[in-house]
Parts: sequence; structure tokens; C-alpha cells
Amino acid sequence: MALLSKKDGKLLMDPLADNNPITIQVLGICSALAITAQLKPSIVMAISVMFVMGVGNVVISLMRNIIPSKIRIIVQLVVVATLVIIVDQVLKAFAYELSKELSVFIGLIITNCIIMGRFEAFALANGTWRSFLDGIGNAAGYGLILVIVGFFRELLGSGTLFGFPVLGDPVEKTGLYAIGYENNGFMVLPPMALIVVGIIIWVQRSRNKALIEEN
Amino acid sequence: MGINTDKNSYTIIFAVIMVVVVGSILAGFANGLKPMIKANERYEKQQNILFAMGVNENAGPNDVAFIPTDRVEATFNEYITKQLVLQGGEITEDDQAYLIDIDKEKVMAQKDASYNRKLPIFVGQKDGEELYVIPVRGKGLWDAIWGYVALDKSMTIIGVYFDHKGETPGLGAEIKQRYFMDDFTGEAFLTGEEFEGIAVAKGNNDPKNLDKSDNEVDALAGATITGDGVTTMLRQDVKEYVPFFKNLSTGNN
Repeated sequence: MALLSKKDGKLLMDPLADNNPITIQVLGICSALAITAQLKPSIVMAISVMFVMGVGNVVISLMRNIIPSKIRIIVQLVVVATLVIIVDQVLKAFAYELSKELSVFIGLIITNCIIMGRFEAFALANGTWRSFLDGIGNAAGYGLILVIVGFFRELLGSGTLFGFPVLGDPVEKTGLYAIGYENNGFMVLPPMALIVVGIIIWVQRSRNKALIEEN
Repeated sequence: MGINTDKNSYTIIFAVIMVVVVGSILAGFANGLKPMIKANERYEKQQNILFAMGVNENAGPNDVAFIPTDRVEATFNEYITKQLVLQGGEITEDDQAYLIDIDKEKVMAQKDASYNRKLPIFVGQKDGEELYVIPVRGKGLWDAIWGYVALDKSMTIIGVYFDHKGETPGLGAEIKQRYFMDDFTGEAFLTGEEFEGIAVAKGNNDPKNLDKSDNEVDALAGATITGDGVTTMLRQDVKEYVPFFKNLSTGNN
């Protein structure tokens, strides 16, 4: 972390683990359920959110002194919506296949509460560079969980990774399927995403007891 | 900053400026990217039509590989010999027929019972055989589903391509997987002279789809409504073309 001071580094790294937006703050769960049935959309979603969040945090931070406080939520919403539409259009023009695969998910970024949360809690009160780091860090923390959940759901639910059959062919009964293994159809349904996220939270808290809340 | 950001007048001015700025940025983006997006949509249609005909770059049994966009235009012109539009009893040739908006036509036909909707059909040539590609559109569980069906003269399927806007990944979204689409190949729309359609059926006795004369393919587990949507889409949209095929066999076209 020679590039960044210790404080700035913390902004970037904290959301990846000890202050993760999904597992600790329990934000952005809705999209984590919706798109993690496969690995590829999870990754593209993570990248798109990272763009929207990085740029959005910078824009809000630049405007933080001139935004009227009465309509700040609306202003934040407009900024997110604008960035999301730009991402959507650019994907449609330059990566059409990918944009078709993601279709509604890109629009769903607007409803991602992590983004609004960081705008409101951080970018409105902090400088541009710090806001940028905070945005990238939180988006990365969100993306990390998405990728982990997507990995397990696709592997156990469909027996594939990025669409490649890694466990053999379930119809021809090759590979693992030859010895009686079956795909778990539950894994492709949204409730299982919640359970996988739950397991991640469990693992994380049992490794770091400081995260456990006192009752 | 010496501005009082709490004043009502300031808030209103800020809002107005923001709307104008954001509006022009987005309008600029939409305008600048429009030609590319339109071209992508056009290539996609051509790719899908060719895919249904069996003109594709599939290497393995699970591949869905289209002709790449840089070659699709030339390939399309090579394989599609004629594009026809059927309207009422009229048949006209139109080399832009693949761009006809089927949704719009359906809505117009629904609003006005006397309107005969335009039915595009693409006549192709592959391995010396003449075949006919029909576009179909319907609805799945969440959103639109559509596809292209390539038929021979007797309305037996040579190949299909299905796509969807927002079916559930892993369930309904599987209609665009090869194992589902390939099941349709060889199925017939007609039983004798009668139009029967092809049903996506649960619990049929032929899960491996060896019986090609039962007008049924095996459904996808967990995707009943999407499957029913495919059934309805094929029944309704392909049925409109039956007179065309009847005339074809009697040599009236």
C-alpha cells in the first residue's frame, strides 16, 4: 500500500472483509439473490456496479457543496440512473451478447441500496479521492460475495462454471454423474442464494469473533 | 461556498439545471450509439434466422455459436434466397421483411379485426433443399419469448431457435439451450392434413424424444409456464402460415 496512505488503504480494503456491505451491513441482498445463479452474470454485475459506484461517488462528492439538502436523495437517484443508463447503452452498442444476457439486471443496479447508501453516508461528506476509493472498495466487497455465491450456485446447481460442464455430463452420465452424483436443482432458485450468503456470514463471523454483535 | 443551498429558489434552479444537463448527456449518448445498437439488432436477427436453418458455427453438441457479425450479412444473403410478406391473400417480395416488427403487427391486428397482419417468411436454400423460416413471438412466464422456426414443404421442423427476454435462469431460460431446441428437429406441425402444432408436454412417454410423429417434445422441469408459452407461440403463429404451405404443395405459389 505504498500508493495509498494507511487511512486511504483502509477505505479500499475494509469493505472487502470486516465491513463488507453484504455480509456485515446486509445491504444489496436483493440483487445478490437475483443474479447469482450463474458465475458470468455475477462477474459482469460486479464490474458494472464498480463503475457506477466509483464514478457516482466522485460525481456526488464533487457536487456535495452545491446539492440542496432538501432534494439530495433525488439528486443521488438521478446520478445513479444516468450512470446505469449509460452502462446499459454502452453494453448494447459494444457488447451486445453480454447485454442480452444481463438484460434486466443492469437496470436493477439502480435499486441497489449499497450505492445509495454510500452516496448518502460517504460521498456527501468526503473529498473526491477518498469517495472514489470508498466506492470502488464497497463495490469490490459486494462483487466478491456475488462471485463466491455465483461460483457455488452454478457449480452445485448446474454442474458448470462459466457454462462449461466441469463435473461431467448429467445426461450421458459421465464424470461425477457416473458414480451417482446429481445436480441440486434447489441451488438455482433464489432462496438458496440467501442460504449461501448465510453460510458465508457464519464462516466469516466464526473466524473473526469481533464481528459478532453483543445481545 | 457562499450560496445558501436551503433556499427554495436555489433548489428549483438546481433541479431544472440538473434535469437539462442529465437530459442532454443521455440524449447525446443515445443518439451517438443508436446506429451501432440498430446494427447489432439487425445482425442478431440475421444470426438467429441462419441458426434456425442450421447455418451456424456449432462445434460441440451444446454450442450455440452464431455466424460472427462481420460475416453474417454476406452469409444471410447467400442462404436466404427470397423474403416474402404474406398479407391477406397477397404475397409480396421484400428484402427487408426480416425487420418487420411482429409485435406491432399483432397489436394492430388485435385492435382492428379487419387488418390482416403482415406475415414475413424467409425462403432459404441449404444443401439443395428449399426451406422456410417463420418468425414466432409469444409470452413466457416473465416477459416476451420469441424465435425462428425453419420448416420444409410439409411443415416438418428442420431447426428452431428460441430466445427470451427475462425467463428464470436455470429454468425457463433453458429454452435457448441446444438440448431443448434440438428436440424440435424432425417434429411435424401437421397430422395428416390437420394443423396440430407442437406441444411442450410434461409427462409424455418419450423423454428422449425418439418418437417424431407425436407432435410433442419433452418439457423442461420447473419451467411449466415458459413451456406452455412456447406451445402457444408455435400453435398461434405458425398456424397463420398454413394456407401458404397448402398452396405450396398444390403448386399455386
